[in-house]
Amino acid sequence: MSGQRGTPQLICEDLSLGYDGETVAENINFTVCEGNYLCILGENGSGKSTLIKTLLGLKKPIGGEIKHCGGIKQGDIGYLPQQTAVQKDFPASVREIVYSGCIAKCGLRPFYSKAEKALADEMMGKLGITELSRRCYRELSGGQQQRVLLARALCAAQKMLLLDEPVTGLDPKAQADMYELISTLNNEGITVIMVSHDFAAATHYASHILHIGAHTQLYYGTTEGYLESGVGTAFAERAVSENG
Amino acid sequence: MAEIFQKLQLYFSYPFVWYALIVGLLIALCSSLLGVTLVLKRFSYIGDGLSHVAFGAMAVAGIFGLTNNNYIVIPMTVISAILLLRTGQNAKINGDAAIAMISVGALAIGYLLMNKFPSSANISGDVCTTLFGSTSILTLRQDDVILCVVMSVIVIAAFLLFYHKIFAVTFDENFVRASGVRANVYNLVIAIITALIIVLAMNLVGSLLISALIIFPALSAMRVFRSFKSVIICSAIVSVVCAGSGIFISILSGTPVGSTIVAADIAVFLIFCIISLFIRRKA
Repeated sequence: MSGQRGTPQLICEDLSLGYDGETVAENINFTVCEGNYLCILGENGSGKSTLIKTLLGLKKPIGGEIKHCGGIKQGDIGYLPQQTAVQKDFPASVREIVYSGCIAKCGLRPFYSKAEKALADEMMGKLGITELSRRCYRELSGGQQQRVLLARALCAAQKMLLLDEPVTGLDPKAQADMYELISTLNNEGITVIMVSHDFAAATHYASHILHIGAHTQLYYGTTEGYLESGVGTAFAERAVSENG
Repeated sequence: MAEIFQKLQLYFSYPFVWYALIVGLLIALCSSLLGVTLVLKRFSYIGDGLSHVAFGAMAVAGIFGLTNNNYIVIPMTVISAILLLRTGQNAKINGDAAIAMISVGALAIGYLLMNKFPSSANISGDVCTTLFGSTSILTLRQDDVILCVVMSVIVIAAFLLFYHKIFAVTFDENFVRASGVRANVYNLVIAIITALIIVLAMNLVGSLLISALIIFPALSAMRVFRSFKSVIICSAIVSVVCAGSGIFISILSGTPVGSTIVAADIAVFLIFCIISLFIRRKA
């Protein structure tokens, strides 16, 4: 799977990122093709979250260009955000949240159509949370909550997912389950972009790696090439020493 | 008991009592609908801030001596609501500081203007009325009632039309924006509806107690119910029942309308807290 190139879906050329006129990362170049599993690695403050916002179109790049192609438009990226404080005590049923993934399809229509509800039900079935559909979101375990948000992301877009630190705060068992789930979705043909600082998981699951250092891109290419290049060595050692 | 019925019968033969009841129930319904969203978005205090702006605007309107203060109060409050809800996202002054600043600022300027340009001889009476609502709800004229009904219909219709969008924006604004929906438009809708409700509610409970009308029903419902829809429905029912019983009690016992309604809301909140303890123990 790795190294294989499908149709390009997202091309970033000479991207410069930042906010309030201050650049946090420059010269970012990478291409995401259909069926790729790209992991974006980088330390805190390296501009990962700014890159996410830029890819999603929530922020304009300072320089360079993001091209959408291969049937992908702006808004066709299913987004799995990190949990916010607001969501932790939010009274909402699982179904209400998954349905809200169809919000863009509604346009000005004030309610969800049958097709949209069917899509949401299908995604809940796919991720094994159908029995939870009437449960309250805030009473679920961390792993279950992530599945709910993933189902919502899949309702919004079925071709490409952007996952922001999807295993943060989960216990080891739930982390492994989450990675396996993402891998399964990727094998079914969904393009995955995952932001992470988990070196081991990234090199184990991803087909491509984009490593952002302080202010600039350190590596982009296949995972094999990344392991050979030695760019990740220092990062991996630090991760190991930090985690015990 | 019979005595109470007779008293009520007497009161309800006057149209102004009916007006008060209609206006009170509509305002309670509208404020509870938006209350859930505002509490969840961490904007509980926006009601307080905006009502003080409305107080200041009322003082300004008093200077110009307009026949209907709402021509000045509504636009000023709506503009402030938009500014306040915008600053929540990215601004040099953060949300709660901005609310505090505008809130006390408007209160001070409003009181200053009221004293400098008194519209009647009884300044402290005027101030008290604006702050606590007092009896002005019992002196509503027919065109006030019509205005209130029209505004309430607009608020309720907007809420129903945008219900799913309001839910999505409240739960996760970034996700909504990422999927290509203009979330700012819906934030704007929320801001405008909030401002309209606050101007309406000024008559009922006055500007100091408006927050109570917005947050108490929502907080009560959130104790017990666990889906967004059920929370909204429960909070609407709680709010309407509390407003209704508050108005009846204040008629019968001569207490101020606004604070009686808020007292009823507090009582229901305590009851719901106790219920939630039992539910949790069971689960």
